Amino acid sequence: MSDDHVYMTLAEGHEDDARWAYGTGFEDPLHGVDTTVPEGVDAAGLAACCLALGDDALVSAQRLAEWCTRAPELEEEVALANIGLDLLGQARLLYARCGQVDGTGRGEDAYAYFRDPGDFRNVRLAELPCGDFAFSVTRLLVLSSWRLAHFAQLTASPDPVLAAIAAKGVKELAYHRQYAAEWAVRLGDGTEESHRRMRRALEQVAPYIGELFTAYDVRDEVVAVLRQVTEAAGLPMPVYRPLPGAGRDGDHTEHLAPLLVELQSLARAHPEGTW
Amino acid sequence: MTTSDSASSTSSAAGPAGPRPEGPDEQDLEQHFDATIARDQRIEPRDWMPDGYRRTLIRQIAQHAHSEIIGMQPEGEWIMKAPSLRRKAILFAKVQDEAGHGLYLYSAAETLGADRADLTQRLIEGRQKYSSIFNYPTLSFADVGVIGWFVDGAAICNQVPLCRSSYGPYARAMVRICKEESFHQRQGYELLMTMMRGTDAQREMVQDAVDRWWWPSLMMFGPPDDASPNSAQSMAWKIKRHSNDELRQRFVDMTVPQAEKLGVTLPDPELRWNAERGHHDFGTPDWSELQRVISGDGPCNAQRMERRRTAHEEGAWVREAASAYAAKQAKQSERARKGAAA
Repeated sequence: MSDDHVYMTLAEGHEDDARWAYGTGFEDPLHGVDTTVPEGVDAAGLAACCLALGDDALVSAQRLAEWCTRAPELEEEVALANIGLDLLGQARLLYARCGQVDGTGRGEDAYAYFRDPGDFRNVRLAELPCGDFAFSVTRLLVLSSWRLAHFAQLTASPDPVLAAIAAKGVKELAYHRQYAAEWAVRLGDGTEESHRRMRRALEQVAPYIGELFTAYDVRDEVVAVLRQVTEAAGLPMPVYRPLPGAGRDGDHTEHLAPLLVELQSLARAHPEGTW
Repeated sequence: MTTSDSASSTSSAAGPAGPRPEGPDEQDLEQHFDATIARDQRIEPRDWMPDGYRRTLIRQIAQHAHSEIIGMQPEGEWIMKAPSLRRKAILFAKVQDEAGHGLYLYSAAETLGADRADLTQRLIEGRQKYSSIFNYPTLSFADVGVIGWFVDGAAICNQVPLCRSSYGPYARAMVRICKEESFHQRQGYELLMTMMRGTDAQREMVQDAVDRWWWPSLMMFGPPDDASPNSAQSMAWKIKRHSNDELRQRFVDMTVPQAEKLGVTLPDPELRWNAERGHHDFGTPDWSELQRVISGDGPCNAQRMERRRTAHEEGAWVREAASAYAAKQAKQSERARKGAAA
């Protein structure tokens, strides 16, 4: 590779390689896909489903990005960014689908940057502050176990676009769950300190688990995964009692608004800007 | 990222060359080494090499790795605030690539007998340097684009010749790193192109970022050749292929037409084409500023080191837990193996 070549081509057009890094190139992620809502599919329900799953993914990705330059080891730096990027990619596809079926024709950025906290439909577990590595691992274990089980169901969705997004997501989420489970076991069965931190993380996460189980029938699968992992880690199975309110209805903790302020501030400061 | 600026600052500590070989065997080995270098062939981890060559490489590769890791910080802050989901994904992926580059480079240093944990400790204690460029602040989102264009561009100028470096693992790591750096550079330039098509406020952000990053970027190539005492030995060993000033000139010549196309002004009144030389003439960077930044008094040195140190310290319990778990597992499988054998 010649450095002259690299430089000379910089200022030229690159029609052929719009996708510079995986998942980073597209303007219209569903370009070329038949996006008509099939007959018999409830468009409002489909849009609500895409929005909730998109919000879970975006808010989770934002929390994972907080680990950037703060991870305990370089391998974790790479892995957490990988998971964050997967979720960000899922959010983009889900928002794009939402915009097609909710009748507004909005693009992905309209959902991410120009809605207020009360309009977000993510579960509250996703928005809780980053915490320590034990908390992040525990939250990831719960969210990825639930999301994987739910996406596996959605691969059979009557909406072919959502089914395709789910099929792609299943492969990613299987890795996220594996990563979180391996760390949960390592930390649970590591040192006294790591065990203590994992117990505390499970206690902190427990009140927010129930919220995941209201709409979709994947409770048994998720509980089975959590039982298996906590047993292997020598940790107690979390006892969950649902808290009042639900992120899915727009009821959030005090932590969502500051997260969104940071995420949205620059886009909102330059509403006419092109990025 | 390469670290000519920081490398030259500390190289005297390790000495320019190892001790002279004594026995005839050592002499044969050294002759073989010299002949390999002269034939432009690669030195591989198991080959004999002079101590000075090994030390110089470990230092250079480690500083390069540290630069990748510290270099995640200036842009990393903007992942959270990126103004579109596409830009967020691009930036997140870029910063992740830098962590990956750090990993390859630490691995390349380990092939020379270094240890990643020890190198990290040296960084945290300030005994090894990283590129001075990362001690400047990122004040707006345009900085993300300008870092891609200038800093990754300068890195490419420095690193493409390193793909032919005499040490095999380093050269091979550089091939992959250079490919990714050239993506990053294009992404940065494309961001700036897009912002220049936007609002007046966005164009001002771009020009402001260009003004702030231009001189520090020129300093990335290190001090001028007559003040870079260890370059000669590194060039003789073919670790390094071009002098600091040659690379700096190349960077200026390549960047000027791109600035014109972008519609920004490079902040150097002395910058002009010299038809006689076939190169651009340009002003002299403030070398005292480079010295200041290298010696720890740049705008963000303390902040960058503090972040790296905190991350390392706060992650200690995680690394300890992973080691303890691995040790338990190893003991268990040992017991199982013995049980099966009995």
